[in-house]
Amino acid sequence: MTFTTLATPTAYAGSPRRGPVTRLLEDERWLALVLLLPTIALLGLFIAYPFFKGVELSVTDAKVGVPGKFVGLQNFEQIWNDGIFHVAVWNTCVYTAITTVLKLALGLWLALLLNNNFKGKAFTRAFILLPFIIPTVLSTLAWKWMFDPTFSVINWMLYQLGIIHSRINWLGDPNLALVSVIIVNVWRGVPFYAISLLAGLQTISPELHEAAAIDGARAWQRFRHVTWPLLLPVTLVIVLFSVIQTFADFQLVYVLTGGGPANATQLFATYAYQIGIGTGLLSQGATISLAVFPVLLLVVIVQLLYIRRVETH
Amino acid sequence: MTRIDRRRLLKVSGAGAVAASAGGIATILASGRAPAYAQGASLHWLRWSDFVPASDQLLKSKIVPQCEKALGTKLNVEMINANDIQARITAAIQSGTGPDIFYVIGNWPQLYVESLSDVSDVAEELGKTQGGYYEVSRLVATLGNKWIGVPWTTGGGLVTYRKSWFAEIGYTDGKFPDTWDTLRDAGKKLKAKGRPLGQTLGHTFGDAPSFWYPYLWSWGGKEVEADGKTVALNSKETVESVRFAVGFWKDACDEGGLAWDDSSNNRAYLAGTICATNNGASIYLEAKKKPDTYLTEKGTPLWQDTLHAPLPKGAGGQFVLPFPSTHVLMAYSKNQKAAKDFLRWVNSKEIFEQWFTSQQGYSDGATRYWEEDPVWNVDPVLLPFRDIPNKGRLAGFAGPPGRASAEAITKYIIVDMYAKAVQGMAPEDAVKWAHEELVKIYS
Repeated sequence: MTFTTLATPTAYAGSPRRGPVTRLLEDERWLALVLLLPTIALLGLFIAYPFFKGVELSVTDAKVGVPGKFVGLQNFEQIWNDGIFHVAVWNTCVYTAITTVLKLALGLWLALLLNNNFKGKAFTRAFILLPFIIPTVLSTLAWKWMFDPTFSVINWMLYQLGIIHSRINWLGDPNLALVSVIIVNVWRGVPFYAISLLAGLQTISPELHEAAAIDGARAWQRFRHVTWPLLLPVTLVIVLFSVIQTFADFQLVYVLTGGGPANATQLFATYAYQIGIGTGLLSQGATISLAVFPVLLLVVIVQLLYIRRVETH
Repeated sequence: MTRIDRRRLLKVSGAGAVAASAGGIATILASGRAPAYAQGASLHWLRWSDFVPASDQLLKSKIVPQCEKALGTKLNVEMINANDIQARITAAIQSGTGPDIFYVIGNWPQLYVESLSDVSDVAEELGKTQGGYYEVSRLVATLGNKWIGVPWTTGGGLVTYRKSWFAEIGYTDGKFPDTWDTLRDAGKKLKAKGRPLGQTLGHTFGDAPSFWYPYLWSWGGKEVEADGKTVALNSKETVESVRFAVGFWKDACDEGGLAWDDSSNNRAYLAGTICATNNGASIYLEAKKKPDTYLTEKGTPLWQDTLHAPLPKGAGGQFVLPFPSTHVLMAYSKNQKAAKDFLRWVNSKEIFEQWFTSQQGYSDGATRYWEEDPVWNVDPVLLPFRDIPNKGRLAGFAGPPGRASAEAITKYIIVDMYAKAVQGMAPEDAVKWAHEELVKIYS
């Protein structure tokens, strides 16, 4: 057997009427560039441009309708000394950390359950996606009613069951308000984790589990030594997406509390909106938004390095 | 099969035909504007969704056709949630395109000064023919001597309260407590019966400042001095007001109010869970519109047991934070003349009266002429709303209602000062915090 024919393929007999464009595209480097162009254009238009525009705004004193002049890092200095901004930073970190852990734990649990065979599996899988499918504003409005201090169905239920004797001020108490927005975020985010992790679970060959079972591994050991290591790369990517999304969360808090009471639920995005749109101080709004960037960049770099390490091992 | 290439498609399609008749696609692209399909100007007017839906109906069904007939202007009225107007106006200004006329609330015109057209000719003409503008309407719509908007209304809040419940504790004949001490005492008695006062202390743009700013002023507190720069919040009067508010909240108010938005108190009052709340006339109008739906515990229509009163007075006086609304003409609009003609026309006595009547007393006019309108004779329960503009002060008092006062109100500094104290912060510390925040804003 010889490999000669494979190593030297016969020359491509193209159309005799090839134009200059076709000839150019036969060069793989040009073809790759042309194929990448739409993506580059989209990324440039919707990601790079807003980002650089944000950077530009943050170093000016621009207001709505006023381009503004260069002021260096004055805006950053200003937010550094802004008490409400400090509250927003703290709230955003707490909100992201707690929701991420809860969403991962519950999502993984749900994914493991859904990975089993049971009657109505397809329906259940579709059904649990509902919180993720319903527009956030709509579902948050429903939650707002459920947390309503006067008409809360949750309070009513707990009262009827004899668990509480006076109503819980879900959105009025500063600590409970943050807990409430965390609950809603977890409710909305768990399906994303569950379905993504389920997809990861289904790529794990059942033979590995069978082999481990034959070797005497119990359920927990199979999960710990077979499922989890194979699921880890997928999990890290999901967590990465989720952290980015949660850090920049806006609609949920905007609808539920507007950042109140007394900024107890103020996040980066809601505060940036309040300053940029409500007050017309675009430069300061952009600065607040941009303050998220170094934190997120660090999170992304650490996670991507970790993913690479996991994958190479 | 006949092959249709791009050129042929353009030729046979409607777009191609229109483009050809308008001078070709190149002409349209060069002009940077969509082709005009109809004769006469077309105006895009963006407003809030009114708390009195009948007024929106009137605009769409009657004012729009009348405008086309009278001015030859095709009017496109768009109504959106009040909370979304600022996002729209910001996007419009930054992109240089959007509605020709915006309906804005409070001191918003001061935020967009550089992007608004001078409408002094229209505003001054209307002011002269209609008895002069209220001071609050003039302050928000002018920059020096230049009018940057045409005032539309001067709404505001009064206390909507249950006549019979207050009568049960001694306020007979429709009386309402007229000092903070007596209101606290009355509220305490009513709260003990499960009928507290209802007031928001949350982040909501209407009802929160509408109560807490006049409350502060009535104690003699103020944000800044008349120079509009020297922050004057940290005073004995303000600290007293905060100290009183803590007890008032605990004794007399529904403590869920920390999370209320602008509609929560409406729902609570209509459901009979609160005895009184500071609000526009919308609660009463809704109850009156649906007498079979909203009933008292005795089964009688709720609206018949509802009255309105001003917020109590304090050592500093008795005030209202009015809600002036203004129409601003955007500088980027290509229809400056048509827009001015429209503003002149829609604010004329004949046209505005139709809309004003549909409000049934929810709004005051921006000029004194409307104090004499027959609408005030229709329902005596709404009559107290007529006096709102005369007791009005604007956010940022004693300074002008400029950008800094808008920032302070948008950041809920005054509201949060009270909220923090109610949540346990010492009154002195809450005032100090708010004072420092104001110093950063006004510096």
